[in-house]
Amino acid sequence: MWQFFHKLGSPKWFFGISTRFMPWLLAGGVILLMAGVVWGLAFAPEDYLQGNSYRIIFIHVPTAFMAQSVYIMMASAALVTLVWRMKLADVFVKAVAPVGLVLTFLALFTGAVWGKPTWGTWWIWDARLTSMLILMFLYGGVIALDRAINDEKSAARAVAVLVLVGVVNIPIIKYSVEWWNTLHQPATFKLTEKPSMPAEMWVPLLLSVLGLYLIFGWLACVRMQTEILSREQRTRWVREFVMKGRV
Amino acid sequence: MQFVHRPDFGALMSEPLLQAVNLQCERDKRILFRELSFSILPGTLTRVEGPNGSGKTTLLRILAGLNDAWTGELKWCGAPLASQREAFLRNMLYLGHRPGIKPLLTPLENLRALMAGRNPLSDAALRQALQGTGLGGYEDVPCRNLSAGQQRRVALARLLVADEPLWLLDEVFTAIDAEGVKALESLLQQRADEGGAVLVTTHHDLTLPGMKRLTLGAGGLPDER
Amino acid sequence: MNAEARPVVRLAGNSVGALAAMKGVFVRDMKVAFRQRQDLLNPLLFFVMVVTLFPLGVSPEVSFLREAGAGILWVAALLSVLLSLDHLFRHDFDDGTLEQLVLQPQPLFLLILAKTLVHWMLTGLPLVILTPVLGVMMHLDGNSIGILCLTLLIGTPVLSLIGAIGAALTLGLRSAGVLLSLLIIPLYIPVLIFGTGTVAAAAEGATVGAYLALLGAFLVLALTLAPFAAAAALKISLSNG
Repeated sequence: MWQFFHKLGSPKWFFGISTRFMPWLLAGGVILLMAGVVWGLAFAPEDYLQGNSYRIIFIHVPTAFMAQSVYIMMASAALVTLVWRMKLADVFVKAVAPVGLVLTFLALFTGAVWGKPTWGTWWIWDARLTSMLILMFLYGGVIALDRAINDEKSAARAVAVLVLVGVVNIPIIKYSVEWWNTLHQPATFKLTEKPSMPAEMWVPLLLSVLGLYLIFGWLACVRMQTEILSREQRTRWVREFVMKGRV
Repeated sequence: MQFVHRPDFGALMSEPLLQAVNLQCERDKRILFRELSFSILPGTLTRVEGPNGSGKTTLLRILAGLNDAWTGELKWCGAPLASQREAFLRNMLYLGHRPGIKPLLTPLENLRALMAGRNPLSDAALRQALQGTGLGGYEDVPCRNLSAGQQRRVALARLLVADEPLWLLDEVFTAIDAEGVKALESLLQQRADEGGAVLVTTHHDLTLPGMKRLTLGAGGLPDER
Repeated sequence: MNAEARPVVRLAGNSVGALAAMKGVFVRDMKVAFRQRQDLLNPLLFFVMVVTLFPLGVSPEVSFLREAGAGILWVAALLSVLLSLDHLFRHDFDDGTLEQLVLQPQPLFLLILAKTLVHWMLTGLPLVILTPVLGVMMHLDGNSIGILCLTLLIGTPVLSLIGAIGAALTLGLRSAGVLLSLLIIPLYIPVLIFGTGTVAAAAEGATVGAYLALLGAFLVLALTLAPFAAAAALKISLSNG
């Protein structure tokens, strides 16, 4: 068991195994996402309240959902970094932080685009948009700290501490932003209070979330492989890989 | 320099205080040293040697527990160091390049603060230690008004009152005048003779009878696993 | 033979307890701070100046100031604490005191707690004491000023504690000051929200006991978790140096 765990942390082993998985992740992800988005955009019924503009949820919700779950994944990896010092966990955190930032930005952007027809304005200090914005700050901080520390081991461990401090704060931030929101403005339009979604709506939504998950997995693998190559550039296996093109 | 406080090292076993097994340190993708194994016995004085960049300071910081970019094994009195952290820290004195002297405080206040968490002594003993390092008359002058050598001497005063059996001293002779160097040499020698263990890095030509040498390679090796 | 059962050399006869060591750290930091009294005033001056910008930059009207005053004072206090955080460990790092602190046998998080307490007593607490004066200048009524001071009294230690984590993480880095703000401001948001929210709720006539209790819960959480995180971060930063 322990040996397996150790192997799991070996960058070389990961490099080999991930190369095999990646085409499947990408293919599966693209198919699911396409299916979900096309279904959602073209075939799902119109919303009785918002008309067609609601259809952006088929992009907005998956990105927003992913943006949050990527942070949770990062926090789990950060814990592994601090407790077991597994190299692969460091690589994961470093590789996916920018992806999380981009996802958060996309969620905010699509939220703003959605807000224009719904609320009549691009930005509104809505509880969820605001906590998304703060999540983007957290991602930004993680990336900035990682860039600022030269030594990669120290960087990985410092970032891990920051990510864990962040993950303790996320629920507190979410809760306090919601409270702040109710304090400052009467409840406006709320999606969660709508009657339950018909299956024609949530099935494509689920498909796009799953698709985005797989694509994220693929992207994480690509970025981790790049990071591994740069970190292990002096080792024999990387040299052989560069010469022969395979592990 | 004369000891103000003389701990009794009679309890010390002839077993090694600190042991390193297969120590390896990697920095910026270069291996500073590897397969480094040694024991530090009570009653020995060891000089860590090697050219600039060979990892002398890093080794001392690793032994002190300040740097954790290493692999291998460290043992304190036979048990893994990590499990003996508190006992180890109580019995180890580390002096680095930056000796922990606050420029705004006087030598006496500095010494008192440094000893507060380890072994609080009376002001009389602390003053005596400061006088012992040649700081008589400067005990109550803010350290920023002292010369670099005098500031180092404030840190050295700790040695005169230290009861830790293991000393890790990094570049401890820096900025000390010839006379001071001689006094310090004999102090280290005396400590080793009395059963303490001293590990020291220095660029000055330190040769003492019975001194052991721990030589680190030059420049580090590229990491080729 | 079990290695851990061996007798361990214990020469340092009178071992110093954690409380005595904390007192040592506290006394030294206080002494150092009072040798440079001018520096103690800086965060306070900054606080007053930031507050002054709002009537000048936005509006000196009583109705605006009365509504926004608590928020302005809170934001100014937050920035002022943030500004002073850079010094929390920096001097100690530069002169090697921090290395010696980490090498003390007592638990590091307790020593950090002592340092953070000094930081709060020299920045947060004076801000709270100054707040009534500025509150009057912002035309806040007596009740609001009282509640505001109370929220700052509970909230500023949280700012110091969370800030200690950031200061430890950015120790020894270039442009550490800006980076520190980037890392810490998002974490300050809940404290700010509940700090100002409590005053707003009080102004609307609501009872604020529950809100204050929640702020107190933040303080307890920060007291229990932040010193550990800061200790871990300090060790990492020192290992890098």
